[in-house]
Amino acid sequence: MSEKFDAIVVGAGPSGNAAAFTLAKAGLNVLQLERGESAGSKNVQGAILYADALERMIPDFRDSAPLERHIIEQRMWVMDDDSFIGTHYRSEGFNKEPYNRYTIIRAQFDKWFSGKVQEAGALLVCETTVTSLLRDDKNRVVGVQVDREGGTIYADVVILADGVNSLLAKKADFHPELEPKNVALAVKEIHFMPQEVLQERFNIGEEEGVVIELFGKITNGMMGTGFLYTNKESIAIGVGCMLSDFKDQQTTPYALLEQLKEHPSIKPLLAGGEMKEYTAHLIPEGGYKAIPKIYGDGWMIVGDSGMFVNAVHREGSNLAMTTGRLAAETVIEMKTAGKDMTSANLAEYRKKLDESFVIKDLKKYQEMPEIFHHNRQFFTTYPELVNRSAHNMLHVDGVDKKTKEREIFSSFKQKRSLFGLMGDAYKLWRAFR
Amino acid sequence: MIKVEEKLFQNRYRVDAGRPHVNIRQPDVCAHECKTQQCTVCCPAGCYTLEGNGRVVLISDGCLECGTCRIICDEHRNVDWEYPRGGYGILFKFG
Ligand SMILES: Cc1cc2nc3c(=O)[nH]c(=O)nc-3n(C[C@H](O)[C@H](O)[C@H](O)COP(=O)(O)OP(=O)(O)OC[C@H]3O[C@@H](n4cnc5c(N)ncnc54)[C@H](O)[C@@H]3O)c2cc1C
Ligand code: SF4
Repeated sequence: MSEKFDAIVVGAGPSGNAAAFTLAKAGLNVLQLERGESAGSKNVQGAILYADALERMIPDFRDSAPLERHIIEQRMWVMDDDSFIGTHYRSEGFNKEPYNRYTIIRAQFDKWFSGKVQEAGALLVCETTVTSLLRDDKNRVVGVQVDREGGTIYADVVILADGVNSLLAKKADFHPELEPKNVALAVKEIHFMPQEVLQERFNIGEEEGVVIELFGKITNGMMGTGFLYTNKESIAIGVGCMLSDFKDQQTTPYALLEQLKEHPSIKPLLAGGEMKEYTAHLIPEGGYKAIPKIYGDGWMIVGDSGMFVNAVHREGSNLAMTTGRLAAETVIEMKTAGKDMTSANLAEYRKKLDESFVIKDLKKYQEMPEIFHHNRQFFTTYPELVNRSAHNMLHVDGVDKKTKEREIFSSFKQKRSLFGLMGDAYKLWRAFR
Repeated sequence: MIKVEEKLFQNRYRVDAGRPHVNIRQPDVCAHECKTQQCTVCCPAGCYTLEGNGRVVLISDGCLECGTCRIICDEHRNVDWEYPRGGYGILFKFG
């Protein structure tokens, strides 16, 4: 392969597919390289698909994409050891087309998206790992080296859509190694059960889905969350915590997941299911402050590789698709204007991102990681306190409610000073505001 | 205790026999200089085991390619971590 392409896209996840799709549709000569057997065979997600980002590229995606269920109900559970207190939001509004959120199975979804990319005219080569970036004498990126014979391929621009473990960006010195405090490790299992059982269990119809976000003592004091999502005939269950926290303790990730599955509020939901896969993946959760430089002479970074994940709202694939699309649009603009893919010209990509929800949202939550790092009570004491309070109020035992209220308030104060409580509330409000 | 092997048994792999993609650079560093050996705790596939003599043994056949071991070994940087050759390694059926 000594041909020269307009663009090489490394990776066939949502960011790479969005970039390659957009470029190919505009008529550019695009090569996409994926190390997996097929698009999706290396990828892990919860997984919730937010329709909007995809719809902007493929308006009729609903006709052919492998979608599991559209979500009509969202639950948030704050867990103590044997109880939870939570909210459920269910709305018929979510039952009206076009639906806004779906559960998906990544291996299937990525393959479908990849099909669309190829239809648009991009050349996809799987089972090929890019091992390094090629540079010219002016240090500009001019192509890639792959692990196949004669694997030197040239292009005007290389888009790194290679996910959270971007060995390429690291080797090229675009940014240093990831820090444990900026990534979360998630482990996940998929449990199959008959569709009817699942629907009865969650009180939903044939295509309707429920998602449960889990928070509290299930992470053993580590900064993290759990999730349980309903697919057509399976349930995805997982838990993820910051690597810096995993590093400081003695529970293995699989023991943590096992403990979650045994929780008395979770166990009945999984009963009778058959576990068919166990997966693990990192999530770049460092937020706005951890975003590296994302463009340079002949290169751009999109998706997880650039830390584009909104951890607070569990959004990643939509940021991936949006950054991929905006990077591609920048390349198309330069190409059309006959401009070179220099750092100065590609800076337009960052400008586009700044104006999009991607940077606006990440900026909004930029203090969040720090607040949670320094305030462990959000994962230990508070979940315990609110659960015990609920128990106290609901347990009828002849004690009057006013006395119970006093008890609850003093238990809160005992565990965390009044100033501490007010400070936490303030910090959280500031960060969410 | 749960056996992680039972979980991994559900997964599909194409192992690149004789060409592990993750390697411990200097086994002596793990045995003598690393106090915490957290790779043996944090690896979600249980690829790292602590032997009686304080040595850490790595068998990467069940590796899920998450990257954890590379990142948490930030004090000694003793893990050589590459992606497997194209097409090899874990192949997620669902992901
Ligand atoms: C457990 C979990 C739950 C999540 N839940 C959600 C959710 O519900 N909703 C949501 O929107 N987001 C969620 N996310 C985040 C979301 O999965 C990511 O943000 C998204 O997948 C990022 O897409 P990407 O294309 O940037 O990277 P990836 O999807 O990781 O794709 C990168 C691709 O590049 C390939 N690659 C890497 N290096 C090379 C190389 N050198 N040569 C060739 N190919 C290479 C990989 O094989 C892979 O296919 C979740 C993540 C996890 C781990
Ligand atoms: S990459 Fe992940 S699964 Fe593989 S050996 Fe390292 S920690 Fe274990």
